[in-house]
Amino acid sequence: MKTDKMKQLAISENGFIFDPETGYSYNVNETGHAIFKLLQKGMDKEAIAEQVIAEFDISKDHFDNDYEHFIQMLEALDLVEED
Amino acid sequence: MKKVYTAPNIERNSAGSINKFAHKSVVSHQDNIEGIPVRVLTESYGSPLFVFSETVMRKRYRKLVDTIKMHYPNSEVSWSYKTNYLSALCNIYHQEGARAEVVSGMEYEMARRNGIDGKEIIFNGPGKRRHELVRAIQDGARVHIDHMDELYLIEKISEELDIIANVAIRVNMDTGIYPLWTRFGFNYENGEAFRAIQRLLLGRRMKLVGLHTHIGTFILDANAYYWAAQKLLTLAERVETDFSIVVDYIDLGGGFASQNTLHSQYTPGEFSSPSYDQYAVAIGNAFNESAFVRAHNPRLILETGRVLIDEAGYLISTVIAKKNMPTGERAVILDAGVNTNITAWWYKQKITPTRAFPGTYQNTIFYGPLCMNIDIIRPAVPFPDLHQGDMVIVSPVGAYNVTQWMQFIEYRPAVALISETGKVDVIREKEDLTDVCHREYLPEHLKRL
Amino acid sequence: MKNPDLSSLDITIAVSGLKTGDNPQPGVAVIRSIRAAGFTGKIVGMVYDSMESGIFIDGLVDEVYQMPYPSTGADSFVSRIDYILTKTPIDVIIPTLDSEVILYIRMKQELLVRGIRTFLPDEEQFLLRDKIKLAQFFPEKGINIPQTVIVTDPAQIWNLRPTLEFPVIIKGRLYEAYKAHTPEEAVKYFYDIESKWGLPIIVQKIIQGDEFNIVIVGDGKGGTIGMVPQRKLVITDKGKGFGGVVVNNPALDEFARKVIGILKWQGPCELELIRGTDGVFYLIEINPRFPAWVRLAEGAGQNQPAAVVMLALEKEIEPLPPYQAGTMFIRHAEDIMSHISVMGEISTRGELIKHK
Repeated sequence: MKTDKMKQLAISENGFIFDPETGYSYNVNETGHAIFKLLQKGMDKEAIAEQVIAEFDISKDHFDNDYEHFIQMLEALDLVEED
Repeated sequence: MKKVYTAPNIERNSAGSINKFAHKSVVSHQDNIEGIPVRVLTESYGSPLFVFSETVMRKRYRKLVDTIKMHYPNSEVSWSYKTNYLSALCNIYHQEGARAEVVSGMEYEMARRNGIDGKEIIFNGPGKRRHELVRAIQDGARVHIDHMDELYLIEKISEELDIIANVAIRVNMDTGIYPLWTRFGFNYENGEAFRAIQRLLLGRRMKLVGLHTHIGTFILDANAYYWAAQKLLTLAERVETDFSIVVDYIDLGGGFASQNTLHSQYTPGEFSSPSYDQYAVAIGNAFNESAFVRAHNPRLILETGRVLIDEAGYLISTVIAKKNMPTGERAVILDAGVNTNITAWWYKQKITPTRAFPGTYQNTIFYGPLCMNIDIIRPAVPFPDLHQGDMVIVSPVGAYNVTQWMQFIEYRPAVALISETGKVDVIREKEDLTDVCHREYLPEHLKRL
Repeated sequence: MKNPDLSSLDITIAVSGLKTGDNPQPGVAVIRSIRAAGFTGKIVGMVYDSMESGIFIDGLVDEVYQMPYPSTGADSFVSRIDYILTKTPIDVIIPTLDSEVILYIRMKQELLVRGIRTFLPDEEQFLLRDKIKLAQFFPEKGINIPQTVIVTDPAQIWNLRPTLEFPVIIKGRLYEAYKAHTPEEAVKYFYDIESKWGLPIIVQKIIQGDEFNIVIVGDGKGGTIGMVPQRKLVITDKGKGFGGVVVNNPALDEFARKVIGILKWQGPCELELIRGTDGVFYLIEINPRFPAWVRLAEGAGQNQPAAVVMLALEKEIEPLPPYQAGTMFIRHAEDIMSHISVMGEISTRGELIKHK
């Protein structure tokens, strides 16, 4: 998964993202915000899951499903690309 | 302590639709019904589960009767069986003093089985069969005539039995509401109702005890009842003048709206449904203006159903799964569908989470478990992120579901009643395969596979 | 006779409907008039959409809160109000959108216990002016209404003739009106309107003549506290008046007073009416709120929004001065500069504190 596009984007404290290249803007929720920043750092799925589970009250199984969903959303928005 | 988790979400802002409920307080949660935790209820009786509140039922009944009587004291309510004919629930209203209003032979037998005397039953409907009419007339029930063929049939039966049948004429009319119901009864404006009465009295086999109308369903304009009452009272006056017959009662039917919101309504039910008082004022004004009322003080009958019981019924349902739709909306699959909760087709019902959810809301569609495209419990509403196994309460669902529900694809769930003391009783068990199949027969040649 | 002076009023006023542009809402104009009356206290904007332009105008509102749509119901409304009250007091709310008014009428007590006042009609007055009721209620009181048919099913449109001849006006109960030249066109509009504003839908005869709009504040006893009639001078292709002139026509005033007298209307409203070529006045609509052009009232000598603030507070006021015929307004659109982060703030947090 290529995250080059994401890495260029600034994300505000309350989860607002503006893409100066396209003019699109996005809102992420708290969990989305956390994952977005970890993806920007180039972390992989396992490392992200570990961090999120440490920070939030959620099981690994449950998180894995939601993570897949979230990545699909990012793909649909052209914010990440499949390898 | 770890932070409360919600599923990660990202949304692109698009022109014209930037109203996302970033705030945390839009949907309040409810984890119990009258003090009984939702989880306790489903652990005992399974999910999905219908739950009825005896307290709400009695309270709403008493309030309706008190309000109507404040405006016209000689009033009474007949419980509309088709709204919900579980015996336990009918008997709550019968204990409160309600008589029975039935619309079929089946419902008539249900009311008799509940111990209601035939004389206390109003028999409505366009489809009464001969043997049903015979039984009702023998019992002294009040039969409300829908069409001429029925009138002739009752005349014949009365003659055969040598009984004077107690009847009323059902009248349809323009009360300024839309759509106009004209398929039941005899029309007021074109004189059909008056001619039917004329014909009825000519036969001398029936006693005209009342006049009846039922102007429609979910009537959001309370004033329509003013016109309904005014027209029936005018007709009563004319019947008295022309035939020297004074009817005992004026029956205005049902149709009062609950707090639900029709799919076609923009404004939600709590801001558009009239209150008891608004209906009562409209009816009371017509009665108090009428010379017929001053002279004869006729009984006012209401055949109320929905407004008494809709808010007393809850459906607890469990999240089976959730998925993301291509539209960006989230879909939640519940274990109760339109097979159980038919009125989801009519109303934008309220879905309440059973625990507190922090975080943002996402447009969420609620589907039932049926493998059918029509199985939608609630079109998209902003909702917190539910997890598998979470439960929601769907309400109000007390009216027309525990009669119209179907044995379709799934079994019908249990129905529980919370009494005024907080005791929980099952008033109908969850079904199993026997309930679905026990009337079936396999011909011999189809028994071997 | 004079306009209320709000300069010594130390309260917080909340106003909704801050969108301007091609289909403007009245909120910005209402706020401008309140400020013009000398009000220096806090003004809170209640918005539904983070792109409502009033959010971005400097010096207009002090704080902005996003509200749940009225269609989401009482619970979400009350819990949102309670949340906002943890951030700021609110003494008076002036709702300016048709779809909100019934909510504020029914929630009057809930708002009062929270110290929030409004100046609105009661439910009965409100319902009598409903577009689907006008044609039933008013004609027998001597107020003419264009011939009206209420439809709940597109099939009814094919049966309108000969009762109604095309073209007709087809409109929603809350918003939107279109001219339909054929049944086919009317059916298309039927579905458009139904999907947004629900049923029933109103079909009305088109009356040829002069159209007038009147902004009024009713006292709730049958009288008017202020009344300013205008004739539209500029009409956009959406049918919105983008310019108008105050007229002095005693027959028009008398007609408007009669309508308000019949309703015993309390609070702001806008009457839309037409003087037909036959010389007869027809009432088209009664909108239960200020119109977007309410500043014309202030310009013509009557600060009606300021009067509503005082009346909501149950303060005595003098009758508003007479209006000056010939006062004119012309609507001017302007581009507001801001930064995307402002929109980000309101769209993620649902609130924005502009000035402390």
